Amino acid sequence: MSEPAKSEHAQSSPLKMYFSIWIALLVCTYITYKAAFIELGQFNAAVALGIATLKATLVALFFMHVWHASEKLTKLVVIAALFFLLLLLGLTMTDYATRPWS
Amino acid sequence: MPDSTVIGLHHEEEHRPDLLHHFAEPQQQRDAASLGMWVFLATEIMFFGGLFCAYLVYRRWYFGDFAAASKSIDATLGATNTAVLICSSLTVVLAVWAAQTARRTLLLGSLAITMLLGLTFLGIKGIEYKDKFEEHHVPGASFSFNNVPIPGHPGQYADPRHAQLFFSLYFVMTGLHALHMIIGLGIFLWLFTMAWKGRFTPDYHTPVEIGGLYWHFVDIVWIYLFPLLYLIDRHP
Repeated sequence: MSEPAKSEHAQSSPLKMYFSIWIALLVCTYITYKAAFIELGQFNAAVALGIATLKATLVALFFMHVWHASEKLTKLVVIAALFFLLLLLGLTMTDYATRPWS
Repeated sequence: MPDSTVIGLHHEEEHRPDLLHHFAEPQQQRDAASLGMWVFLATEIMFFGGLFCAYLVYRRWYFGDFAAASKSIDATLGATNTAVLICSSLTVVLAVWAAQTARRTLLLGSLAITMLLGLTFLGIKGIEYKDKFEEHHVPGASFSFNNVPIPGHPGQYADPRHAQLFFSLYFVMTGLHALHMIIGLGIFLWLFTMAWKGRFTPDYHTPVEIGGLYWHFVDIVWIYLFPLLYLIDRHP
């Protein structure tokens, strides 16, 4: 988007954005906490992890400035780290989930 | 790249002590520093990732025992700590913004509140650990988890050995996270003294930015630890 406009941009709008993200994160935490006490069957874990991922994404994109990062390589490092994490979790779980003897 | 000659750059260097000679401009220096921090955070993701992986495998195997053990932890304390960390993440972005825009009072205030919230988190964590010690839920010789019903399965009781596995993972994961918080508090204490001495300017505030990235990462780890450890199977 607008990289050079950062200094004038930084005067008012980021504060509004930071506080909106903060409110969103608190609301998400409240929803996670309340949803855990409702019987949703298999979906309890899905809701909890879905909201956690949404919160983590908000923190990374807006508080850690991945979204507006002026250095493109930052995004590459983040995506690479997530790729290897998913490789670790995904391959391990496909192994354990498909063992008929355990 | 700047159009100045090599000699011109050397002259400029003398006027800008915070700009290292191999960088063309402050923005490039800041980008390089945060990229390096992200590479470190990638290693941290894999470091915690191994523990999350172990947790997922055992949770699948011993789901009922894990749910029973999870239910014995105070979820309200966990939720409160999540809110505390989210508030501290807000004060961290405010500190970075204050450093960027040369607001000294806001910078010092945000750094101080961040440390206070970090200490609050550790205090609540301490209460939680104390409860676990008193209930003999700490893995070891005095561990005891007998006749605890498995949620949703009347008449079935959790296997203490499997519950002990849950508490081992609980203490290692939250303990490692708390260690990161303590290191973060050290970093922020240092940032506070540097800010007090007036070392940070809109051109040079890399330490605030880098320290902030670290703090947010520790927050993200907790965002996952909270539902995974505290909220496995809570409904009555």
